[in-house]
This record gives sequence, C-alpha cells and structure tokens, in this order.
Amino acid sequence: MRPEIALPILIPLAAGALSLLAWRSHAAQRTLGLVGTGLLLAASLWLAASTWQDGILVMHMGGWPAPFGIVLVSDLLGAIMVVLAGITGFATAVYSLVAVGREHERFGYYPLLHLLLAGVNGAFLTGDVFNLYVWFEVMLVASFALLILGGERAQMEGAIKYVTLNLLSSALFLSAIGLLYGMAGTLNMADLAVRLAETGSNGLTTVIAVLFLVAFGIKAAAFPLFFWLPASYHTPLVAVSALFAGLLTKVGVYALFRFFTLIFTHDVAFTHEVLLWIAAATMLTGVLGAAAQFEFRRILSFHIVSQIGYMIMGLALYTPLAIVGGVFYIVHHIIVKANLFLISGVVYRLRGSYELARLGGLYRSSPGLALLFLIPALSLAGMPPLSGFFAKFILVRAGLEAGAYTVVGVALVVGLLTLYSMIKIWNEVFWKAMPENDGEPNDDVMNDDRPAQPAGGLALLYLPVIGLAALTLGIGLGAQPFLELAERAAAQLLDPTGYIHAVLGDAAGIRP
Amino acid sequence: MESMMALVVGGLYAAAIYMMLRRSIVKLVIGLVLLGNAANLLIFTSGGLTRGAPPLVPDGAAMPAGAVADPLAQALILTAIVIGFGVLAFAVVLIHRAYEVVGADDMDRMKDTDT
Repeated sequence: MRPEIALPILIPLAAGALSLLAWRSHAAQRTLGLVGTGLLLAASLWLAASTWQDGILVMHMGGWPAPFGIVLVSDLLGAIMVVLAGITGFATAVYSLVAVGREHERFGYYPLLHLLLAGVNGAFLTGDVFNLYVWFEVMLVASFALLILGGERAQMEGAIKYVTLNLLSSALFLSAIGLLYGMAGTLNMADLAVRLAETGSNGLTTVIAVLFLVAFGIKAAAFPLFFWLPASYHTPLVAVSALFAGLLTKVGVYALFRFFTLIFTHDVAFTHEVLLWIAAATMLTGVLGAAAQFEFRRILSFHIVSQIGYMIMGLALYTPLAIVGGVFYIVHHIIVKANLFLISGVVYRLRGSYELARLGGLYRSSPGLALLFLIPALSLAGMPPLSGFFAKFILVRAGLEAGAYTVVGVALVVGLLTLYSMIKIWNEVFWKAMPENDGEPNDDVMNDDRPAQPAGGLALLYLPVIGLAALTLGIGLGAQPFLELAERAAAQLLDPTGYIHAVLGDAAGIRP
Repeated sequence: MESMMALVVGGLYAAAIYMMLRRSIVKLVIGLVLLGNAANLLIFTSGGLTRGAPPLVPDGAAMPAGAVADPLAQALILTAIVIGFGVLAFAVVLIHRAYEVVGADDMDRMKDTDT
C-alpha cells in the first residue's frame, strides 16, 4: 500500500470540503487555500520521488484486483503532471490572496479551486478509462463555475461556448468509451492495451481511436476544435485564467499521450500521421490568431493553442527523442504560460487595462516587472538559455531525424512568429511611452476591482511570478536533470509492458 | 433488438446535432440533453442486450450460471446520468443568466468575445 498515490487527490478534496464548511470565514478559506495547495505540492513531490525510485506505482481501489476494480497508477509522466499541477495550484493560491477579492470568495472561489485540482490530479493518476471520464467531469464542473465567477457579460458569452464545446467533447468521449467497452469488454487501460494488441488492427479500432482523438482534441484545443479557448480564456479572473492556461488543456494533451502510446498503437501510420498534421495546423493557426490580437490575455490565449501544437508534434513523431521533447515541452509550457497570465494580471493591477493601446511606460516605472516578463516571454519564443529553447531544440531535432521536414519548418516559423508576438507585447506594454489619457471610460472586463492596495499587496502578487520565473531559468540553465526525467518518462511511455505488468501483475498472462 | 436500439441512438444523435446547430440557446441545451442520452443508450446497447437474466450468483457458486446481463454497462450509465444531470443543471442556469445579461436568446448576438 503506497499512500502517496492517493494523496494528490485526497488533499484537495479534503481542503475543498473544509473550505465549504468554513463558508463564512474568508480568513479560514484563504488559509486553507494556502495550506491545501502547499500540502498538495509537497505530496506531489513525494509521489514523484517515489515513482522515480521505485518505478511505476499502482493502487487498487477497494482491494479489487486490476482488470475488475479501478486502479490509480503513477508512472513518471503522471507524476510529473501532478507535480506541475501542484506548482500551478500553489502559485495561484498565493496570487489569489491579493488578486481575488471578497466578492468572488463569497461565491466559493476556494472550494472550486480545490475541486478543480482534485479533478486534474485524478485525471493524471487514474488507470481506468471511465474513471478518467469522471475526473474530467469533476474538473469541468469546477472550471465552469470558476469561469463565470463575477457574472460579467463577456464571461457569460465565453462560458456558453466553453460549456457547449466541452460537453460535446464529453459526449463524444462517452460514446467512444461505450464502443470501446462493447468491442474489448474492459475499460482498464493496461488490460485494453493487452486486448487490443491481441486483436490487432481493424477498422473499428481505428474509428474508436479517432473518436477519442476528437474528444481529447477539443479538450486540448487542437486544430480545428480550439475556438472555445480564445473566446473564453480572457474573460475570468486573472488567477483563474492562469490556472486554466497552465492546467486544463494539458489534461487533454496528457490524455492524448496516454491513449496514443499505451492503447492505440495498432495503426501508427494512420493515427499518428493525422496527429502530425493536426499539430502543424494547430501551431500555425494559433500563432497567426495571436498576431492579429491587441489585447494582452487574448494574445496569450492564442499562444496556448499554438503551443499545444508543439506538444502534439512530439507525440505524433512517435520516436523516443520526440516523446522526450513533448514531455519536456509540457513541463516548460505549464510554468511559463501560467506565469505570463499572472504577469498580465499584475500589469492590469498597475494600469487598469489589458488593451495594448492603453498600456505603456511600464519599463520606466517598474523595470523589475519588465525583466520578469522577459524571462517567460523569451522562453515561450524559445530563446536560449531558457527552458523553451531546449524544448523546441529537442522537438526540431527529433523532427529532422524522422524526416518530417514540413512540420519542422512550420515549428521554426511559428517560433519566429511567437517571438514577434512577445516583442509586440514588450514594445506596447513596457517600452513605449504611456499613452495620453484619452478620457474614455475603461470598457474592459472589470473583473478585479482596483481598490487601494494594502501595504505588501503587490509583493504577494510578485512572489509567485518570481518563483515561476526562477523555475523557468532553472530548467533552462540546469536542463540536464529535467532532460533525464523526461527521457525516463518517455521510455516508460514507449515501452508499455512495464505499465501493463505493474497494473495487471501476473494476471497479464491468464485471461478468463 | 440491438439493431432497433442502434437506429434509436442514431436518431438521437442526429436530433441532438440538429438542435445544437440552431441559434437559440434554449435549443442548444435541449441538444446537449439529447446528446447525453444518446451516449448513454449507446453504452447500454454496446454492453449487449440480455433480457430476463439478472447477474445473480447462486448460493455457493463462484460465478452466475449461463449468460447474464452485463451489470457494468448499467453501472457506467448510472454514473454518466448523474454527472450529466449535474452538468445540465449548471447549463440551464447559465443560459438563464446569459439571457438576463445579454437580453437575447440568440447565439448570433453573443459575439463580443469572438475575434
């Protein structure tokens, strides 16, 4: 019995329940927010350390043996994702102390935050397809409510698109589960891998694989199913935006990685070829969308889409090096993207707008913030020696080795356009002079009021930004250990026998 | 029986997609309801339809005798129905609030956040 597998799910669930009990006390909810996410981060690091030392860990829920009961499995990819969820959750909780006002806490911000983290971690750790669906829904319900916290018109409009497309994706996911169960008679991922390898390739398996691909593609915001993301991600509280940007789409990417390395590897020539073109189109449309935008958070939202393309490219090339690149990219991206959204929130605090045209002069007034913006922004564009450089370098090299020159070309062009986009933000927000006040009322989505800050308020906003920027620098300057981690995670993904054996044990051979 | 269920499921999917393509947000939610039900029926059908054979284990035996209905598919649907109910309750409240804020039951007038 390894308790650390269940802890990343139990801690946020318990913290969420306790915050509900402390509904009336804002102080208690804030403390629980900090303590809960802090404990979650510690537990996730413990889980990652155990998984690194002892290999794939498995927990049979309720004591039922593997193909019959639900299992929680922690392989390295799952453990890495849980750690990233812990980091993002903790950074958001610290940031929320100042950024989220009482009027939002009153409607259950903290319980929802914990519930969201529980759903995300459950999705990363489960070894059962239907259980994955349940965790997806836990995560979605929490995200729906977080998205509309505040009740602005833009939030409602964004939420309708977000809710509709995510429910459509859930229904497709459910249909695919039904067909898969009808065909294979099991929903345990390891058991599915064994059974599908036995039956070999046939048309129905490929249809089901593509159904899963579409369902997860919507969640991951892959081309051409990404429209809900830029329509909604710039509307909620900025802390919520950062959390969503860091974690939610990556759950879809994680599910793609899991399904298309473990279960659906029967027809790589078809499924992964489709994935490769999706990756290229996702990168390109995302970055072109961003180039056309002049609002801080919308630019960042479109960049989420284009970055998803890089991760899917790693999966689609399906060589050891490419998977390493994909995993490394996810690690780099979650930290950088959450950080950029947090910075956009700080800028909004200082200037009261997300519109680039209304911003300016921040380099003069807050040079520290300008530097803090440059680190994740240049990392996103892939400048050495930051984390994004190594992520892109590995992917490009893997693409060249695999002979996928078109995708490599697209990846490089997109990298350049990302740099253009980041420099646009730099020029407009930090470098140019502050525009004259044109006297127009600020018609932005006024999510955060801007009351006079208590002393030390801004420091609490800077703290998570500095922490995440330090992580970005650390991953870039000391890339070797992270690379080894990604290499071992990729090795586990590409050789599923270890996973299957860990879950099914000796039962792998004898089928009833 | 299975082929008839297949037709019903297909009809539900078609109706759901048709409703979701309408501009009215009320019809959108009706489409989502139908879509959820279609998926549930699909799971039910793909588990195999066996009539009058409950999966009961006789006293002293290790497994039920003969062919029995598959209880797992039904357990899955039960879970999916509960989740679907919760999510749809949220969706109904959301469209009500959206209707109040925007003042229209028309997707074409909810384009502020599009680009």
